[in-house]
Parts: sequence; structure tokens; C-alpha cells
Amino acid sequence: MSTRWFGQPIPRVEDERLLRGAGAYLDDLGHDALAAAFVRSPHAHARITDVDVSAALDVEGLVAIYTYDDLPDRLAEPLPLLIPHPTLTHGRTPYALARDKVHHVGAPVAMVVAEDRYLAEDAAERIAVRYEPLPAVVGIAAARAAAHLVHEDVPGNLAARMTQSTGDVDAALAAAPHVLSLDLAIERSASTPLEGRGVLARWDAEARRMRIWSSTQTSTGVRAAVAAKLDLPLVDVDVITPDVGGGFGVKIMHPWPEEVLVPWAARLLARPVKFVEDRREHFVASAHERGQLHSVRVGFDDDGRLLGLDVRFWHDHGAFIPYGLIVPIITSTQLLGPYKPGAYRVTFDSLYTNTVIVTPYRGAGRPQGVFVMERVMDAIARELGLDRTTVRERNFIEPHEMPYDHGLVFQDGRPLIYDSGDFPASLAKLKQLVGWDDFEQARETARAEGRRIGIGLACYVEGTGVGPYEGGHVVIETSGKVKVATGLTSQGQGHQTVFAQIVADELGVPLDDVEVVTGDTRRFGYAVGTFASRAAVMSGSAIALAARAAKEKALRVAGDALEANPDDLEIVDGVVRVVGAPGAEISLGTVAVLSNPLRYAFDTAAQAATQFASGDPAKPPVPEDDEPGLEGRDYFSPMQSTFANGMHAVVVETDPDTAEVKILRYCVVHDCGTLINPRIVEGQIHGGVAQGVAGALYERMAYDDAGQLQNASFMDFLMPYASEVPSSVEIDHLETPSPMNPLGIKGAGEAGVIPGAAAIASAIEDAEGIVLTSMPISPSELWELRRSKETG
Amino acid sequence: MKPAPFDYRRPEQVDSAVEVLGTLGSGAKVLAGGQSLIPLVSMRLAHPSALVDINRLRELDYVRVDGDVVRIGALARHARVLADPAAGAAQPLLRQALRLVAHATIRNRGTTVGSIVHADPAGEMTAVLALLGGSLRVRSSRGERNVTAGELFLGPLESDVRDDELAVEAALPVLPPSSGTAFVEVSRRAGDYAVCGVAAFVRLKDDGAVAAARCAYLSVAPTPLVLELTDQAADPRAAGEAARAQVQPEADLHASADYRRALAGVLTERALTQALAAARASGAAAA
Repeated sequence: MSTRWFGQPIPRVEDERLLRGAGAYLDDLGHDALAAAFVRSPHAHARITDVDVSAALDVEGLVAIYTYDDLPDRLAEPLPLLIPHPTLTHGRTPYALARDKVHHVGAPVAMVVAEDRYLAEDAAERIAVRYEPLPAVVGIAAARAAAHLVHEDVPGNLAARMTQSTGDVDAALAAAPHVLSLDLAIERSASTPLEGRGVLARWDAEARRMRIWSSTQTSTGVRAAVAAKLDLPLVDVDVITPDVGGGFGVKIMHPWPEEVLVPWAARLLARPVKFVEDRREHFVASAHERGQLHSVRVGFDDDGRLLGLDVRFWHDHGAFIPYGLIVPIITSTQLLGPYKPGAYRVTFDSLYTNTVIVTPYRGAGRPQGVFVMERVMDAIARELGLDRTTVRERNFIEPHEMPYDHGLVFQDGRPLIYDSGDFPASLAKLKQLVGWDDFEQARETARAEGRRIGIGLACYVEGTGVGPYEGGHVVIETSGKVKVATGLTSQGQGHQTVFAQIVADELGVPLDDVEVVTGDTRRFGYAVGTFASRAAVMSGSAIALAARAAKEKALRVAGDALEANPDDLEIVDGVVRVVGAPGAEISLGTVAVLSNPLRYAFDTAAQAATQFASGDPAKPPVPEDDEPGLEGRDYFSPMQSTFANGMHAVVVETDPDTAEVKILRYCVVHDCGTLINPRIVEGQIHGGVAQGVAGALYERMAYDDAGQLQNASFMDFLMPYASEVPSSVEIDHLETPSPMNPLGIKGAGEAGVIPGAAAIASAIEDAEGIVLTSMPISPSELWELRRSKETG
Repeated sequence: MKPAPFDYRRPEQVDSAVEVLGTLGSGAKVLAGGQSLIPLVSMRLAHPSALVDINRLRELDYVRVDGDVVRIGALARHARVLADPAAGAAQPLLRQALRLVAHATIRNRGTTVGSIVHADPAGEMTAVLALLGGSLRVRSSRGERNVTAGELFLGPLESDVRDDELAVEAALPVLPPSSGTAFVEVSRRAGDYAVCGVAAFVRLKDDGAVAAARCAYLSVAPTPLVLELTDQAADPRAAGEAARAQVQPEADLHASADYRRALAGVLTERALTQALAAARASGAAAA
């Protein structure tokens, strides 16, 4: 038997190349390209009264300056509203360059193209834009108050109000023996990948074709948008994703203004043009997420069982809403976690503010929802004097209740039905892993030493692998090597490794013989993108199906050659052989030769497929219903998402004097169905936990009342260093296979981040005896909370 | 984040550097490690007309103990000063402070004299100079002068080094007998500018009583603040209370003013406790 690669914790095949510095990121390409830089608004809200470029014109190396007035046809229309929704009654999207008004600091006003980026910035600095400042709407309170409007034609700053419910919440709360009200807040953060956005475009004037490289999470999305905006046939636009230095959601948004402006300029100037976003731009001109306020009423019985849950929340989506309502819809559905809420009603308002737009950031609305639900669980435990795990256990959906239908609509427009999961088993594992039942002893020991420690936990369920579809293409070449392509992109997930593991198993070939290409529309033109923890589920499944199709054909062709029934054949290490008949074998490469009837031999091996060497004279060389070559292509499109879950427990120590918070232990129990590569899954968890810690203790977007982002650098935006994240994350896996796809897998990309703020809040609360209602929390804020508790 | 055009000079000797500075006028800035200057220039928050790169002035790349003074040349990187055994033995506060200066990659480029001239009230080395009463030697075509710590720090990011002057050396007294130092700080992330930091110096009399004690503070005042705490130091908690009463910090993105003030008290207590212990150990070793 050959090795089974699926499930093996093999090292990533990508790493040697990347760690040796041989990666090619966007800015490593296009050294011959002109550089674009942007004049960006210094005001959160203002009317543009004049743009004077005259002082910039004598900058040596300047090639062109463009403002809104230069934009032709469809480029002059607002950028697309990507995901419309019936409740999104007042959806507004920006123009590629500001027209008359700016709506947030960082909005692009003019594009400068010059021989290099230094010169482009020199010219940009000299462009004088006159603004007439307007009142800025900053923060949810101001947006709700609506004393000023972000868009004159959007009353109340309200883009959408959406309600979902099951059961009669009002009756349930009226009848409940206990009712609690909580107000809970999560602040803004952002994806902040180490590589910002970037795009390079080359226009081939002779072929009238556009080739674009973009640091994106969706090459097919960018392709469609550019073709539409520039009025080009789709077949004449190629979009290629080079190595991408992280995405975390911000790069699923498309087209960015720069993604359509740069190709347009490249065509106009007949020269390659490149834009590479710098860090300061990334803070004010990309996307943020997480900012939400929640007001909750919960009714429960004497045992802590939920009877009714009424959630009202307000989502700050920034100045425009191109990505639609995905984030608040996820919050409103995934808030339920592993629990049965009794009657449930959720209503959210999605509000405009004069700040950077919101697009999903790893976790995508779930960290907020989980924070809300887990704060509710802790509040019930406190109210009834129950252990926090007991309250959770009593509200779990039981394994025998799967599939569990919540009676709500999920972010993909499909029903919210959990396909599988064993929550009691997960919690039992977590309690054992962290030593939950022995913690009081540890607390007493610490207290005797003058130290304060606390323990917390949080549980979540995550819908992963959303549709509509992905596809895969597998070609076995005459060399015996296998070339695999899928349309979605990679930003560091290790797709080349896990997809190769899948194909190597399906085909019976050595792992090293499998090469995977992602995110290149020249290789695969139909795709959605990499987001929502969907790549392994969607493309992994599609590639498995494609490999099965290729294998079926290989066995058929080999069966003809070996005069054997395909059912009696197996493929081991790239060789097709007759089971139980040693020596009756043929290499996959030779099968590939035979699969393609030739007139002309291109090498000695190929002679076997030429017209005087092979073929049944009774049949056409390529039979009806067949194709030349050894290929498989297939698509995977599930009925609905598949639901992964996990539970985190954390032990913290708080300094009695300085209020610094130190994470002593971080434990994770994780169920993402069948594991393709445990090492990669654990890497995803590590990265997610780091971002969870970031959202709990460090990162926030500090806007002042005028809409200026005061911490737009890594000096003041506190992305944690390696020194701030737990030095080890203790992980235990549970594998309940998904029935929704051929491999039994569920997504794992976002999981680690989701319960971070909730679990850490629970632990700090446990250490301090202070109720926490908003995250993140800094030592200064914890110290102030202590003081208000002391002074009553 | 690309700098605007500037003139670039890279003299090979101190004399020519000083001459270049004398001719360039007020728009020129000295480039040593560049760890503060380059980001400011790249973000176009600073617009120097010229950068005078002193990285070729090998004659300024030294750390030496010269009698009762530790001398640090203008091209000595933090990492080199941190690793210098003689300087570390002669003045332990150097190591105690330098390990808190940013991160290893920054210490490999950034210079100790450069960070002193930068005069950031959140900088560890400005506090060290202020606490120990060190001085800076500056040279221009007009000659040389010594600037004491008391005269040097004029305001946040503003030091008394004139446009035509090159800081060539920082001088710090070695640790006297029966003395001890400590440096403690609270920062949001390891290596970040401190939310509050305290450097402490204690000297004991022969009978073990406190002869002198003072603390220098980061991030609580526009310039490095030094508090005289000789009378309180025997009881660090009381000294902490005294410090808390005397500092007037401001709020920023990372901390409230009251929290900073509380930290000043807590860290004073911790720093003095450590410095006292070090001083006692030093006295015991001498006896």
C-alpha cells in the first residue's frame, strides 16, 4: 500500500521557498512598471470645492494625474454593491475617486502616476485640494443620534434594519422566572495583514488583453469587476494572485478603487502600472471590522436553561457598505453557538459613520456574537450561583438532536442547520485539558502568594465552507506529474500542501509529483474566493472529485492497454497495476501518452500514441463522449454550510498593582471534522488565538470625534508581538466528520480567533470579581474599573 | 511613505562632518541609526533639506570606561553598549535600561547617543542620563562644549544640540561604592515605549542609611523628570506615595493620567526596593 497522506501532519511544501526568501509578492513584480500614489482625504467628511494640480506638474517623472472628472463611462459610476439584501434599503458605495465629497479620512481623491513611487508621492504632496469640512459622524452613538448624516439621502444613517426570530420572545421573557439585561460592546480592529493591498496591471495593446496581478482573496471577483468597469470581454482579462502576505478578510473586498484605476491607467498610458499600499494607507483606506454595541435581554429558569433571548445590536459599517450585511448577519445567527436559545429574536441596525468601511475580518461577526452569548452564560451562572460549565452543559444542543435546525437564515441565504458536532464531549475534553475542576486549589495557592489568577471559557459554532461553489482541475501529464488547479486564492493557508495530500491519495501518486496552482484565472476561471473558512471544504472537495474523474479515466485507458478490467486495477506510486498479477503494470505517464491519440510523436515515449502504433480500427481515435488527455474537472456545491465548533479555556494572572494581564495557559478543543493535516490546522489555531488575544487585550481603532484615526501605525495600533501571545497553545481535537462533503471536513481557518475576547473576559472577570461588558480591555481600563468598584 | 527629496552627505571624518553641518544650515539632520528619523522622514512628518550620514565616522564607534566615567561614542549602537562588559560592570544601570530599549533589531541599528539627542521623554536613555547627571559632548566648527543633562532636555523631542553641532559622546559617571540602581517599566507590548518607567539610584552611608536616592521617570513629563527621594527611600512604599504626589502625567491613547500616576508610585516602590537591595549587596561586597 502506498502512504495515505490525508491526515498526516506533514510540513508545508510552501515553506522552504517562502522561508528562503524566494517568494514573489506583489511588490516583487513589475520592476518596469510606473508607480501610482493617491491623494487621500485628510477630512472625515467634507465637500471638495477645488482640486488644483498645477504645482505638481513640474515634478520630474510625473506621468499623469487623474481626478473623478477624468473617469469615463462605467468607471465614473459608483463601485458595485457586492452582496445586496432585501433589507439593505439604503446601500451606498463609493466612487473610485471622490466625486464632490469625501466621507472618511483616507478616501482617494486623485491618482498620481509617475516613474516611481517617490516621485508619485512628491507630486501628490503638491496637489492642493480645497475642502469645505462637514460635521463628522463618528461612533455608534453619533450614528444613531443622527444629528448629522453621512449621506444626505440616508435618513438616520441607517442602511438596513433586519430582524430574525423563532418562537414568541416577548411571551417567553414575560413568563421566565429570571430575566437579565446586559449591554455589551466590542471595538473596531482590522485584518492588518503584513502585506497590504497591491495591484499591477499590464495592457497588451496589440492583443488588446489585460493582465493583472493583485494581492487579493478572489482573482475571479477582481477579473469580473475589471472587465465590467473597463468594458473588456472577460476572456481578455487575466487575474493572477502572486504570493499573498496574508488576507484575513480585508482582501476579499473587491474591486478596491485601486484595482480598477490601475488597469485603466495602464491601458490609457500603454505602460504597466503598479500600486502598492503602504502601512499608513492600509489603516485609513482599506477596511476595519468588529465595532458593535449589543443590548440583550435573556430569560431563564432556575436551572439556568434559556427560555428566551432578545438581542438588539448596532453595527458600525463605516462610510459605505459595498460588502453588504454579511458581518451583522453572521453575528445575529452565530451568536447562538452550541446552545438552544428557547425563543429568539435578533434585530440589528447597520449604520453609516464617517470612518473606514467594514468588511469581514477573520471570525467575521462571530467574535462579537460569541462575546455576547458567553457573557450571557457567565451572567446566568453568577445570578444562580452555578458553575459556568454547568450552565453551558444544560443549554447544549445534544448530539442526538443533529442535524439541528435553528429556524433562521444564515449568511449564505440557506437555512441555519447544524450538520454535526458533539458539544458535551467537547466540553468534557476541555475541562479535562485545562483542569477546570481543580482550579480552586490553584487559585488558593496563588492567593497565598499574593497573586491573582482566574479561569474562563467560551464556546462557539462556526458555519464554514459557504457556497455557492468551487471547482478543481487535475491533469496527469505524460511525465507522470500531476498538475492541479483551483480558482480560489491562497494567502498562506498551505493549500498547495493539503490539496496535494488529497490528490496524492485519490490518484495513488507520490506527493512530490503533485503541483497545485491557485488563484490564477488562466488556469481556472470559475471560482468564488478564499474566505469563510471555505477553501479546504470547497476546493478540497472539488479537487477530490476532479481527481476521482481523472483516475477513472486513467483506469479505463490502462485497462485497454493491459487488457484488464478497470475494476481489477489499482494505482500505487504512480503505476497502474493489475491487482494480484505482478508485472502487469503501466506507469501513469504512459497512460497519459495513450490517452491522447497522436499523429506526431514529440519524443520516444509519445510514439506509443501515434496512429500506426495504437488504436482500435473499429472505433474513432477519440470515442464519442470522451476527450483526449488524462484530466478531470469537477465542481463542489453543497446544499448549505458545514458547522465546525470549538471551546477555549484560558487562565490569566492580573497584577494587583499595575493591572497588567498575563495569559498563563490557553487551551483549545477544536472540532473541524476530519483533519487533512493536523499540523496546518494547529497552525491556523495558533494564528487565530494570536488574533483573539489581540482583540481581547490590545487592538482597537482610536478615532477621535473629528474622525481622525489617532493610531494609524504599528507604534500605536497594538498588534501583539510574539512576546504578547501565549508561548504555547494546548490543543485537543475532536473529529466529528461532516456529512456535507465527500471528505468529511469542516473549515478551520477562522476558528482560533472567535472565542478569544469572550474567554479572556471570562477569565479576567473570574480573577478580579469585576463584571466586564466591553472588550478589548487595557491595563489602564482594568485599573479604572477596579477604582470605580472600590469607590462604589 | 517615501521621503521627499533631500540632499545626502556622508563625511568620512568628524571634522568634515562638523564642517558640512556648519555649511548646511538649519534644514540638515544628522543620520546615525535612523530608527526614529527615517520613519519620520518616510512619513513626510519631517522634511530635512539634507541628511548628514555619520555612519562612516568609525572614530565615534566606541564604549570605554575612562576612570570614573563611561564614555559612549556617537556611533556606538545600543546592542554594542548593552554587550560591553566593562561598561556594564562600571555602571549597571546601562544594561538595566538598554534591555528595555525597543527590540533587538532596533538596538542593532539605533545609537545610544542618537536616542539621547532625540530627547524623547519616553526614552530610557534620556532618563539614564538625567538620573545619573551625565553629559553630552557636542562639536561644531565653533569648537566643543559639554551639555549637562540638566541643560540638554528642553522639551519633548527637543534638545540643546544646535543645527551646526554634532553630538560626539555621552558621558556617564560610574557607579559609586555602596550604591545600586534599577530600571523598571510597564509597556503595552514588550519593547514598546513605556506607559511609565522608573530608573532608580541609591547610595548608602557606611551605617547602611540612605545617603542619596533619586528616581527618573519616563512618559510622565515633557522632559525626563528626576525626583529627589533621599528622605523617603528607606521606606520604598512611602517613596512611591511621594512620587505619586509629585508627577503630573497626561492621558494618551494607552493610559489615563491617573493610571500613569499610580504606576509612577508602584514602579518607584519596585525600583527603589531593587536599587536598595543592589546597594546593600554592593556595600556588603566591599566590606
